[in-house]
Amino acid sequence: MTSNTNGYLSGSNLERVLKNGHFAVTAELGPPQSADGSVIRKKAALLKGCCDAANITDNQTAIVRMSSIGAGAILVQEGLEPVAQMTCRDRNRLAMQSDLLGAYALGVRNLLCLTGDHQSFGNHPDSKNVFDMDSIQMVQMVSNMRDKRVFQNGEEFKGQEPRFFVGAVESPFAHPVEFRPHRLAKKVKAGVNFIQTQIVYDIPAFKTFMEKVREMGLHKQTYILAGVSPLKSPGMAKYMKENVPGILIPDAILKRMEAAGSPWAGKSKDELTPEDKKARSEAWQAEGIKICIELIQQLRKIEGVAGVHIMAIEWEEAIRPIVEGAGLYPRPNVPMPEAKAA
Amino acid sequence: MIVAEQKSLEEIKELVGDANKVLVLGCGTCVTVCFAGGSREAAIVAAELRMASKLDASPKDVTDATVQRQCEWEYLDQAAEQVGNVDVVLSLGCGVGVQAIVERFPNAWVVPGLNTTFMGMPIEQGVWAERCAACGDCILGLTGGICPIARCSKSLLNGPCGGSIDGHCEINPEIACAWQLIYDRLKSKGKLEVLMDIQPPKNWRTSRDGGPRKIVREDLRLGKEE
Amino acid sequence: MTAMTNSLQIIAYCCEHCAYAAADLAGGLRMQYPPEVKIVMLPCTGKMDVLLALQAFEDGADGVMVAGCLPGDCHYLEGNDNAKRRTDYLQTLLNEIGLEPERVKMFNLSSAMAGKFVEAAKEMTEKIVKLGLNPLRERIKDEG
Repeated sequence: MTSNTNGYLSGSNLERVLKNGHFAVTAELGPPQSADGSVIRKKAALLKGCCDAANITDNQTAIVRMSSIGAGAILVQEGLEPVAQMTCRDRNRLAMQSDLLGAYALGVRNLLCLTGDHQSFGNHPDSKNVFDMDSIQMVQMVSNMRDKRVFQNGEEFKGQEPRFFVGAVESPFAHPVEFRPHRLAKKVKAGVNFIQTQIVYDIPAFKTFMEKVREMGLHKQTYILAGVSPLKSPGMAKYMKENVPGILIPDAILKRMEAAGSPWAGKSKDELTPEDKKARSEAWQAEGIKICIELIQQLRKIEGVAGVHIMAIEWEEAIRPIVEGAGLYPRPNVPMPEAKAA
Repeated sequence: MIVAEQKSLEEIKELVGDANKVLVLGCGTCVTVCFAGGSREAAIVAAELRMASKLDASPKDVTDATVQRQCEWEYLDQAAEQVGNVDVVLSLGCGVGVQAIVERFPNAWVVPGLNTTFMGMPIEQGVWAERCAACGDCILGLTGGICPIARCSKSLLNGPCGGSIDGHCEINPEIACAWQLIYDRLKSKGKLEVLMDIQPPKNWRTSRDGGPRKIVREDLRLGKEE
Repeated sequence: MTAMTNSLQIIAYCCEHCAYAAADLAGGLRMQYPPEVKIVMLPCTGKMDVLLALQAFEDGADGVMVAGCLPGDCHYLEGNDNAKRRTDYLQTLLNEIGLEPERVKMFNLSSAMAGKFVEAAKEMTEKIVKLGLNPLRERIKDEG
């Protein structure tokens, strides 16, 4: 692998935090279904200082939103480091490379490569499918742009190559379960620098996954960040458990969420006043944040877990209390070293 | 085989329009096997059109005929006279058949009665599923004989994605996850290590993405050498 | 077969082993069923084809009955199940064409159920009387 003269692949804040042995924190920021940049600035203000970098999703669940790279450029302006996300669903290899060149020029330094939800899930199901490449091929392509200074077709760069810190996703509990550590190994083989996992609620199951990962030595070849997400309500928990593939939620956690709403359990739906609903919602959310903090504390103890990725879907306000509650605030400041003479 | 299904009678009526003399032309090959456009189906569609047009108070003169294959000139020529006698040919052949009629009989006005859907096979009578995407560069040798281009919703070459649930694709529980099938098959053959090779991005030039395709076999052509 | 009269014509496709036998028994017992119902024997209702029924309607039949063995008791095991699927499909076709789907119906009975056959024949006839003559008939008459 080539590196900048200052010893880093990309020099991004996330890379510096991880490389210097700190437990990393990344968060997620959902862009709006509009062209309003102020939404990004407001969310950036909530996340700044709470995380080492913030992911911006790419047309998540195939619903058209402001582009990850566009929003990422705004984050750069706001002083919050972005992790741009790119799926394989909407772009062929030309568009991917072209967008990445622009992203780098705009100051983006971290990239998460994903397969992407099929367009039939989203709000433009009639669209044509791209999937020119898959996420593993994308990891390889972006790594080669940085390390071998070549485009996907093998042509050499004549000017500045994009130097990204390259990430990918792994879903430890998706099927076939026994293949998942091997798929992670494949991504490591392709050159992935960091992994953000699908949301974890089941610590024992995740420990089993990490055991296999450690057996293969993968935790030493890539930084693994465990995904967490605060629950907002028992309904949200049930929905995720039943509808999102690869998410395991233990009954104990479901019960805790329900119990948090027990002061209002006696009332029927129609009897609940708006004040009741607000208070119950706040109680649920408080419990959800509490559970999230506990999960982070347990995840920190698992060997091979280099950080956490906090996904607070349309609830970016929850990030700060979670990071503070888990004892991860303030975030470390790892300055960029002086560039060494070539 | 090519699998197709009939358009609705409503759509067929619209396509036939005001034409009075209609020939419903069936095809004896693929669309017979998938019960969309064979001789029986042609007779049924013709009866439907006659009855519907009578009820609409403008009865049409609808006949039906079937050739062995619409996509070969020698068979298509057998219907030449009938094609010449009508205002519109409602072809119950696949998209290839419809176009063949037009190429062979440029004076005819031809409309499609079917939606050609995919290349696949009958899993049981009455149920057909897609199997081949005609990518032009077959990789079945790498996946134990199960095609990820046609059968994976995302055409992944290094699957599965995170949406595989209990062997089904997340976009439709009635569709098997191709990569679960590939995984199980390679496991049963003791060849799982094949899955650890990173398949490079596909060269899509041989598929439809590269433009309409054509094959020329000089060894099979007939006629005197020029 | 072209409709020569303006009186109602209901074609009853009856399977040899159950429905036809029941109709036969009804006749033997001098039970009266509407003369509008004309019986056509099939070896099994599984032989019933959509095209067969469509041709009956095109030729002017006002209704089509499909009568087979009781569910689970088909002499050829699955024939009546297959016939049910095709009869359902036929109803959607009739609807698309512009005829009332109620003009076709399937009945199940055993060979001893002469009474059930008579009931079915009466039910079908009453229904068709309400729906009226096959609207295609007038066109046939005009052409005739």
